[in-house]
Amino acid sequence: MSKKVAFLQGNEAAAHGALYAGCNFFAGYPITPSTEVSEVLSAELPKTGGKFLQMEDEIAAMAAILGASLTGAKVLTSTSGPGLSLKQELIGYGCIAEIPCVVYNVMRGGPSTGMPTGPSQSDVMCAKWGTHGDHPAICLVPASVQETYDEVIRAFNLSEKYRTPVMVMPDEIVAHMRERIVFPEPGEVAVTPRKTPTVPPEQYKPYDTSFGDVPPLAAFGSGYKFHVTGLNKMADGFPTTKADIVQAEEERQVRKVDANIDDIVTFEEYLLDDADVVVVAYGSTSRSARYAVNVAREQGIKAGMFRIKTFWPFPDKQIKALAGKVKGIVIPEMNLGMCSLELERCAQGKVPVLGIFRVDGEPINPDQILAKIKEVK
Amino acid sequence: MAFDYDKWLRPGKLPHIWCPGCGHGIVMKGLIRAMETLQLKKEETAVVSGIGCASRLPGYIDCCTLHTAHGRAAAFATGVKMAKPEMNVILVGGDGDGTAIGGNHFIHACRRNIDMTYIIMNNYIYGMTGGQFSPCTPTGHKASTTPYGNPDPGFDIAKLAIGAGATFVARGTAFHANQIDKLIVEAIQHKGFSVVEILDDCPTTYGRRNKYKSVIEMMNRLKEVAVPVKAAEKMTAEQLQGKVLTGVLYKEVKPEYIEEYAKVIERAKAAK
Amino acid sequence: MEKTLPKIEIIEKYCKGCHICVEFCPTKVLEMKGFYASVKNLEACIKCMQCELRCPDFAIKVITE
Ligand SMILES: Cc1ncc(C[n+]2csc(CCOP(=O)(O)OP(=O)(O)O)c2C)c(N)n1
Ligand code: SF4
Ligand code: SF4
Ligand code: SF4
Ligand SMILES: [Mg+2]
Repeated sequence: MSKKVAFLQGNEAAAHGALYAGCNFFAGYPITPSTEVSEVLSAELPKTGGKFLQMEDEIAAMAAILGASLTGAKVLTSTSGPGLSLKQELIGYGCIAEIPCVVYNVMRGGPSTGMPTGPSQSDVMCAKWGTHGDHPAICLVPASVQETYDEVIRAFNLSEKYRTPVMVMPDEIVAHMRERIVFPEPGEVAVTPRKTPTVPPEQYKPYDTSFGDVPPLAAFGSGYKFHVTGLNKMADGFPTTKADIVQAEEERQVRKVDANIDDIVTFEEYLLDDADVVVVAYGSTSRSARYAVNVAREQGIKAGMFRIKTFWPFPDKQIKALAGKVKGIVIPEMNLGMCSLELERCAQGKVPVLGIFRVDGEPINPDQILAKIKEVK
Repeated sequence: MAFDYDKWLRPGKLPHIWCPGCGHGIVMKGLIRAMETLQLKKEETAVVSGIGCASRLPGYIDCCTLHTAHGRAAAFATGVKMAKPEMNVILVGGDGDGTAIGGNHFIHACRRNIDMTYIIMNNYIYGMTGGQFSPCTPTGHKASTTPYGNPDPGFDIAKLAIGAGATFVARGTAFHANQIDKLIVEAIQHKGFSVVEILDDCPTTYGRRNKYKSVIEMMNRLKEVAVPVKAAEKMTAEQLQGKVLTGVLYKEVKPEYIEEYAKVIERAKAAK
Repeated sequence: MEKTLPKIEIIEKYCKGCHICVEFCPTKVLEMKGFYASVKNLEACIKCMQCELRCPDFAIKVITE
């Protein structure tokens, strides 16, 4: 039997990826350029008894998915720039209370209302530093329609596996481009179930680290009763200000991601074996980068591309290794130098990091990248 | 016989954090009696709050409890209830939490008419942060941020709830303790979004600044201003000056959201 | 008919000394003794339960048969 194929937009693919992953609860607030996710799920979710809610604002949408997730639902919200800013306090709530959820954010120009229909990659720092306080961050940056579908599934899996919010952040170009997509068969792609308690209700503690850094999470209404708060908490979920517990819990929350970087971080290496120049790119910009690298190769320049698929946690190890091998790093991005800062941090001054930064709502074209590749001496 | 509150309290959590004479404890007791009257199942009941002194209530109750972010209880609760309609969902919080930062969620929760109950403890002040004025602080009164008297007019929470579409709205006071559980029982039994405003006291940050010499004076004020709706019918406008109506203020049968959403599911399945 | 008296239990570790029970007891059964509420005149108790109902701190129990 041949697989089901379709010609979809990135946002539509995201909605279908969520359904494949078992999403049964969505809450959102309309905002360009992410609204198609809402539109598809408002039609699809009720067909299988799932719930679609259009809330009064993005904060409410974030709150609703966190509440729903605590009952065991697999939850998604979608938004864009201004909405992402509004959600930030509650993304932090999801981190500290350790509630699985997926936040899909289409990157448009900013700050503020910025350029609602223009592409951008300027939310990548917001994905990590947007909410206050130390916290884990996972952010995936797909570059095609198929990858948006696949990465939304992976986002659900990671959020369940590590019991933490996960973001998927395509730029507006990826979110709105139409491409052929091949749907996996049911069961073909693994879907990670939530780790639920094996102990009886009287013994259950929602943050019991004797089960490891990711304690099982019971569902409200499943026979377990427990307390959830956004305050620093103890194993039993109740607030504490005890210094040693707060320190240990904060470190554990971050360690859930930091100790599992190799499991989470994904990337693509393109023509890197003998490369003198590496273009580091992500999202739609990587499509121009690939083209530019191909042209450079035709012209005898040993260029290659490292494509970031997981922006957070950042692929430090890989970039550090590259910095020890190449003569220069080129970073095209639709912001005024965000990934560039991370690359400079990883390159530790060993090689120059040359940026191409565009925030005018136009994509970065291969010519610009090629010219920069040629600047590396 | 003495009422057995211990059955509903989490062991080892008393004394609670509230100040001497704070009415939040009286409201919590009323809620517990209501839960007992209705024989709610602990594992199938969620108590959801925002942030504030009043919002600390869920931590004491032995059921599924969710202490969310400032103002967001209604939105979290909406998620809980929509995802697990078989649960009883009870929201609790203060006047600031519910009508300032959470005002938008509050009115939309009223409008949707999801079968949940919201108990709002109105002590006319932001107690937890030390007594700044809230949207319910009466005009002219003193708060830490209105040292010359409050220029703002205050909200009437019950009217706000009725205007926004809540289908059951009641008001009680912390003084009229034996009425609290009865109002909450009726509210929980009502199908739809029900709001119970309890006029409360904050001796520490509000009483002190507004020349109430003691908790007792604050309680006496609640006793004096409260007029049961029935009694009010026989009173003149003049007699009702400065009074506040208590009891069930509004009740209406309107389509409940989860039932309406069930129809959406039916239509979607038919369209498949 | 013989009057049976209740047992009034005051849990001092919960009592915050707010005076509410003392002030609003209709028959002045209770008094403040130092920081805590205490029973002064049990004979007068009419078992109306108001003190137990109003105590914000779960500190007073009126135990009747
Ligand atoms: C986003 C946010 N803003 C402000 C605060 C600070 N804050 C905590 S409680 C509170 C007011 C609570 O007042 P109310 O809801 O009336 O409860 P009360 O303490 O009076 O019972 C404020 C302003 C906060 N926690 N979060
Ligand atoms: S500050 Fe006011 S509201 Fe808060 S516990 Fe004290 S009396 Fe109650
Ligand atoms: S039961 Fe009534 S009469 Fe007896 S002590 Fe309490 S308030 Fe007073
Ligand atoms: S009402 Fe309760 S807390 Fe207040 S004095 Fe009486 S026993 Fe103590
Ligand atoms: Mg208040």
